[in-house]
Amino acid sequence: MQERRDLPSAKINVDLMDFTLHTPLWFWVVAFVLSSILGLAAITYIFVLYYGLELLGYQNTIVWGFLITNFVFWVGISHAGVMISAILRLSQAEWRRPVTRAAEVMTVFALATAASFPVLHTGRPWRTLYWAFPYDYARGIFPDVRSALIWDPSAIFTYLSSSAAFVYVALIPDLAVARDMTTGWKHTAYAILAMGFRGTGRQWKLQTTAGILLSALILPVFVSVHSIVSWDFAAAILPGYHATVFPPYFVIGAVHSGVSAVATLMAIVRKIFHLEDYITPDHFDALGRLLTVVATGWLYFFLMDVFFGMMGEGTSELEVWTLRFFYAPYSFLIPIMIITSYIIPVPLWLFRKMRRNITVMFWSSLCVNVGMWIERYYIIVPPQSFKQVFSFLWIQSYAPRWADWILVIASFALVSFGVLLFAKLFPIIPLFDIKEGQVLKQELRIGRVKVPAVIRE
Amino acid sequence: MATRVRDTILGVFGDPETVVAAVDNLRKAGFTGPDVKVLSDTPYPEGAFGESPERHRLYVFPFMGAICGFSVAVLLTVATQIAYPMVTDGKPVISIPPMVNIMYEGTMLGAIMFTVMGIIFESRLPDFSPSPYDARISEGYLGLLVSGPTAKLDTAARALRDGGAVDIVTADGPRARV
Repeated sequence: MQERRDLPSAKINVDLMDFTLHTPLWFWVVAFVLSSILGLAAITYIFVLYYGLELLGYQNTIVWGFLITNFVFWVGISHAGVMISAILRLSQAEWRRPVTRAAEVMTVFALATAASFPVLHTGRPWRTLYWAFPYDYARGIFPDVRSALIWDPSAIFTYLSSSAAFVYVALIPDLAVARDMTTGWKHTAYAILAMGFRGTGRQWKLQTTAGILLSALILPVFVSVHSIVSWDFAAAILPGYHATVFPPYFVIGAVHSGVSAVATLMAIVRKIFHLEDYITPDHFDALGRLLTVVATGWLYFFLMDVFFGMMGEGTSELEVWTLRFFYAPYSFLIPIMIITSYIIPVPLWLFRKMRRNITVMFWSSLCVNVGMWIERYYIIVPPQSFKQVFSFLWIQSYAPRWADWILVIASFALVSFGVLLFAKLFPIIPLFDIKEGQVLKQELRIGRVKVPAVIRE
Repeated sequence: MATRVRDTILGVFGDPETVVAAVDNLRKAGFTGPDVKVLSDTPYPEGAFGESPERHRLYVFPFMGAICGFSVAVLLTVATQIAYPMVTDGKPVISIPPMVNIMYEGTMLGAIMFTVMGIIFESRLPDFSPSPYDARISEGYLGLLVSGPTAKLDTAARALRDGGAVDIVTADGPRARV
């Protein structure tokens, strides 16, 4: 990290609390657009409830379509948020400071959005919930803990509540700053949320220890969640799903899409909140280097999945891969996926100049997530549509309908709206972390040069 | 309680060096250990101002939480399987391998939630007591909170001023709301 700026505490407060304390016109415009999309999605879902799941393009054998694809995609996005925050905190990486909270917040909203999709997908959400939460005692129906579909809600519930608690704990010092900078009902609200935090030595010590301890506890949950999501598929006997490589493949895919989403989000936050002093090309440089390694790991597991399918004993697995590679529309999707997730971004990220170019990082990271959405689609849909033993199950390709598209678009609107609303109410960049970086920074003179350094306990 | 509030004053300082000088003055005046607390808007390395090291028992909480979470998960998984004892593929009704997933998540959830509770508890929060406070601390100023007998507070105030305090705040002051 070569760039260091001198930022007094008061300036940090003013810069990072600006959007929280003042509402620009564009906020209302964006909030209106996103709310409209969400409203449209709500109306669409009412139609789905009324007319049934035929509006979602499901077919005889294909019952996991766009909505489940979207579920896996958002679980993936949610992963890198807390992962990146936790790993960077544990390793005391200096460049973590402006990145962590946005990443954690994205985790919370992406995961909450993801969790809603399997419920929506069933078409009768109120009847589905008792699979996970046994409220229907009268009929003696209880969750079947032997089913992967029950492991999944337990993992997502753990990850969601842990991530939300993680965000709140790290937010307490900044809530105290918000309390001190506001008056009236806002002051009262922030004061209640800050719980009387004053910044004593003890409170800071606990805050620092908490960051490390919670990171260490959340990391194993992060790995388990996407492994368990992969078991939704891998624990089934359907050819194309039943693969032992799925857990690590899903986890690395989640990291790839999630870290890319963090890069996209940081570029947007930097631009719209004018945070050029806080989110610098150095941060994108570091993210780009991390992404290069992660993307290559992801490609390795993708190839392993292909090889395991080709070298397996059963022919059905091979037929699924034949369908994926040689039959439209899947045959178009796989090249698009590889090109967008690897071939376009990784060569760009190999060059420092490109990694430090924020426009390049924004588009290349966005490109990755286009590919990663397609990856989830090709994993989920083709195995359900290949020609099975009974000819009456030979069906046309899955074709999503208008309701699918609206619900998928609405999921992006929901996550964006959640993050935007959070940034409106609370600082999206941790003030105390940035201030700590200012307190601990140093410059060492070595020979004729001055080198930036950081004091560590 | 009211007496105790009057026994606390806050010195506001512009930079860390003056806080160190004031802490030394207070020590000479007989204020030590928990009587003196430094307030700041960012974590400083422990002992930077010559304050006593803080001890806590946060590390106990995750273990307690993990035990509770694991126990609840075992009870839940066993109870639901017994409540609907369906034999699947000749396997035992209480099937341990799939229970491991939920037991793992339950254990981690318990550990994390207890840790969060531990952080709040050990940070002595919530604390809405009317102790002196100054909003300038959020702008980078440092606070030195001194507690002691009312008779000795004049000495403390003098020590703070001699150390370089830019302001002295009492609990009755205009900026005392937290």
